[in-house]
Amino acid sequence: MLMKLIPNFKGMDFFPHDLRLPFMRYKDLAIGLSVLAMVLSLGLFFAKGLNYGVDFKGGSMVELQANNGVADVAALRDKLGSLGLGGVQIQSFGGPSDVLIRIEEQPGGEVAQQAGLKKVIDAVGSGYTQRRVEVVGPAVSSELRTTGLIAVVCGILAIVAYVWFRFEWQFAVGAVVALSHDVLVVVGIFSLFQFEFDLSTVAALLTILGYSVNDTVVVSDRIRENLRKYKRMELNELLNLSINETLSRTILTGVTAIAVLISLYIFGGEVIRNFNFTMLVGVIIGTYSSIFIAAPLLGYLGVKRDWSDQAAKNAAPSKA
Amino acid sequence: MLHFTRLKTIAVLLTCLAGLLFAMPNFFTKESVATWPNFIPKQRLNLGLDLQGGAHLLLAMDQDEIKKDWMVNLRDSARRSLRDAKIGYSALGIQGTQLQVRLTKPEDQEAALKDLRKLIQPIGNAILGSSGNDIEVTEGSEPGTITMSLTEQGLKARVASAAASSIETVNRRINNLGTSESTVVRQGTDRILIQFPGLQDTAELKKLIGETAKLTFHEVHPSLTAEDAKLTAIPPGYKIYPGTGDEGGEYLLRETPVVPGEDLADSQPGFDSRDGQPVINFRFNQAGARKFGAFTKENVGRPFAIVLDDKVLSAPVIREPILGGSGQISGNFTVESTNRLAVQLRSGALPTKLTIVEERTVGPSLGADSISAGKTAGVIGGIAVVFLTILAYGTFGIFAVVGLFVHLMLTLAIMTVMGSTLTLPGIAGLVLGVAMAVDANVLIYERIREELRTGKPPISAIDAGFQRAFITIADSQLTTLACAMIMFWLGSGPIRGFAVTLTIGIITSIFASVTVVRLLISQWIKAQPKGRGAIKVPV
Repeated sequence: MLMKLIPNFKGMDFFPHDLRLPFMRYKDLAIGLSVLAMVLSLGLFFAKGLNYGVDFKGGSMVELQANNGVADVAALRDKLGSLGLGGVQIQSFGGPSDVLIRIEEQPGGEVAQQAGLKKVIDAVGSGYTQRRVEVVGPAVSSELRTTGLIAVVCGILAIVAYVWFRFEWQFAVGAVVALSHDVLVVVGIFSLFQFEFDLSTVAALLTILGYSVNDTVVVSDRIRENLRKYKRMELNELLNLSINETLSRTILTGVTAIAVLISLYIFGGEVIRNFNFTMLVGVIIGTYSSIFIAAPLLGYLGVKRDWSDQAAKNAAPSKA
Repeated sequence: MLHFTRLKTIAVLLTCLAGLLFAMPNFFTKESVATWPNFIPKQRLNLGLDLQGGAHLLLAMDQDEIKKDWMVNLRDSARRSLRDAKIGYSALGIQGTQLQVRLTKPEDQEAALKDLRKLIQPIGNAILGSSGNDIEVTEGSEPGTITMSLTEQGLKARVASAAASSIETVNRRINNLGTSESTVVRQGTDRILIQFPGLQDTAELKKLIGETAKLTFHEVHPSLTAEDAKLTAIPPGYKIYPGTGDEGGEYLLRETPVVPGEDLADSQPGFDSRDGQPVINFRFNQAGARKFGAFTKENVGRPFAIVLDDKVLSAPVIREPILGGSGQISGNFTVESTNRLAVQLRSGALPTKLTIVEERTVGPSLGADSISAGKTAGVIGGIAVVFLTILAYGTFGIFAVVGLFVHLMLTLAIMTVMGSTLTLPGIAGLVLGVAMAVDANVLIYERIREELRTGKPPISAIDAGFQRAFITIADSQLTTLACAMIMFWLGSGPIRGFAVTLTIGIITSIFASVTVVRLLISQWIKAQPKGRGAIKVPV
C-alpha cells in the first residue's frame, strides 16, 4: 500500500569500512596534548580569569534599539561616561540600530544596582527603546556562581556513577577524565579570548557534557562488546578496532549536530549566539575526547578480560 | 523483533496521532485555533518571558526587619502583661533575638515567668498539629531576670506568613496595572518572584512595590518637642520620627499607633476642596473609626501625626472630634503620587520592605525577533538534517525523518499538555533532543550495515541491528537523562527549562526513533516482493 509509493534507493556509505586508522599508536601524543591543554586552561583560568557576564558578576545590562535606526555609540559613551558609575561598556550588538550597555556592579548592595540602572536609562533619554534589561544583585550573582559550579560538578558525578554502574570502574575513570577535559578546555578557551561567561555558557557546558558522554558511551559499548567477542585480542588493538568500528557513526552524528548548530549560530539570533558558539566548540572537543582520551585511558588502566558471566546477564535485558 | 501485532501497531499509530493532535494548535494563530470545533484540543504551549516579552523581578524580603518588628511587638506585649499582673520591672531590653527582662523584686520571678509564658504561641495548624513554640521563656542567668528568645521555627513561620501576605499585597497592587496575567510566587524561603508577561516599562511596577506603604496615626507628645527630647531623654514609649522631604523637622511621637494601618478600609485619590491640591481620602473600618473617634474626642486642640513608612507626612491639629471614621491626608503630593499611594494603601501594607535582587525584562519586539530567528534557524537546521539523513541512508533515511517528525510533535504535545513553558534555552534542549534522536537512527543503521557486511541475510541483519544498537541507545540516553535530572534538580530558571525539554525529548526519542522507525521498516519489509534474495536493504 503506502510503502509501495516510497522509492527504494540506497544511501551513500561515505566511509571505507576496512579503514583501520592507528589511533592507539598516537595515544601517548594525544594524551600528552590533552594534558597540556588542560594545564594551560587551568593556568589561563587562574592567571587571566574569566570575563563573567552579568549573571555571575552582578551589575546591569541594557539592550537598546535606536528609534531612528542608527545608534550613536560615541554620543552614548559621552553621556554615560560622566555618570560616575564606574565601568560602563557600550558596544553595538547585532545590527547598526542596537547597542548593549553593561554597567558594572555598583557598591552599596541590591538597591544600588537599581539606582545605577535608573541613572543610565534617564541619561539615554527617549531616542532609544529598551529591548532587554538584566539586573543581577550581589546576592543572586553569588548564588548563581555556586549553583552553576555545583551543577557542572554534579552533572559529571551523575554521569560517572551511571557509567560505573553499567560498565567497569576503568570506563568511569575514562569518562570522568574526558568530561573534565571538555569542561576545562572550553573554560580555557573562554578565558583566552575573554568571551563572556554567563548562565547560558553553563547551560552549554552541561549540554556538552551530555553530548560528550553520549559519544564516550557509544565507544565504550563497542569496547565491551568486542571484549566479549575477541577474548584473546591484544587490548590496544581491540580498543583501536572499537574506535574504528564506531567511527562512521561518530562522524555522521557529529556532522549532523554541527550542521544544526551552525544553522543556529548564523540564523538563531543574537541572544543565543554565545550559547551556540560554546556548543559548537564543545561538540568538537567532546568528539575528540571520546576518541583520544576515554578509550586510550583504558589501554593504560587495563580492563577485565573475562566478561562471560556479565555477558549472560546483559543478554537478557537487551531483548526488551 | 520486527514483528508487530495488530494491537501494537494500532497503539503506536494512535500515539503518533495523539501527538500530532495535541501539538497542532501551536502551529496556528490563537485566533484561528479559537474557531476550531470543541473536540479538537486547543491548548497552546506557554512561551517564556524571554520569547513573548515581559518582566521578571525577584524580590527579597528583609528578614532582619521581620525579626526586629517581632521583637518590638514582643516587648510591647511583655510590658503590657507585666503591667496587667502588677509586676514591677526595671529593664526590658532587646538584644538581637532575645528580650531581657529585669524584675524589680527577684521574688516575683515565678509569677512573672508564669505570666510571660502565656505569650507563647504554638506553631502549626489544626490539621498537622503543633510543631513547637514560637518563643522560649527561660530564667536568666542572674536571679530576678528572665530571657525571652525567638525560636528557629518561630522565625520560619513568621517569614512564611510574611511571604504569604506580601504575595497577596503585591498581587493586589499590580492588578492595578491593567492585565491580570501576572504571577507572583514564593521562591526559596524569603524571596518572591513576579512574572509579568507583556510588560516592558517596569518603572511604575517598581514604584508600586517599592514602598511598604504602612500608614499609621500617632499621638504627638503633649509637651516635649523632638529637639528637647534629644537634649534630655526620650520618655519611655516615645520615639523620634523624621518628617518627609521639604518640611523636614522631627517629631516626638508615641511609638504604638492610635490606629494601626490594618484598620484602613479604603483610600482614594482626590483634590482638596479649598485649594485644589491632590490629597488622599481615606476611611477606617469600624474598629478603626471607634478608636480614632475616641482619641480625637479626648485630644481636641492638640496635634496628631500621620505617619507613612516611619516618616511623618503631616501633623495637623485636631479641631473637632472626627467620629465618622473618614478623613483626608494632604502633603506634598502630585496627582501621580496620590494615585499610586491610594493603590498602595488600598492593597494593604507590605509586612516588610521588598528589595529587587534580580530583574530581567525582555521587550516584546526582541521576543518576537528571537522567535522568528529560532524558526528560521530551526527550518534551515531541519533541512540540513533531512538532507544528510536521506543522503546517508536512502529509503531508511526517509523513515528516520518520519521518526524525527514524530519525535518533535510528541515532544511539543507532551510539553503542551503538561503546561510547561518554552524558553530560549528550552529551544536549545529541543535541538539537543533532535540530535539524540538522529544519533539513535545513525547507531541503528550503521549497525545494520555492519551486520550486512558480515553476510547476514537482510531481515536478520535489520533485526540484529535494532537489537544490538538498542543497548547502546539506552545507555547513552540514560546517561544524558541522569545529567538532565541533575540540571532540573539544581538549576534555576533557564537551566531548568532546558532540562525539562531535554528530558521529554530523550523519552520521546526512544519511542519515535526506535519504535516508530521499526514499525515503518517492518511495514516496508511486508511490501517487498517475496522470495529468496528478493529483498535489497536500501541503507
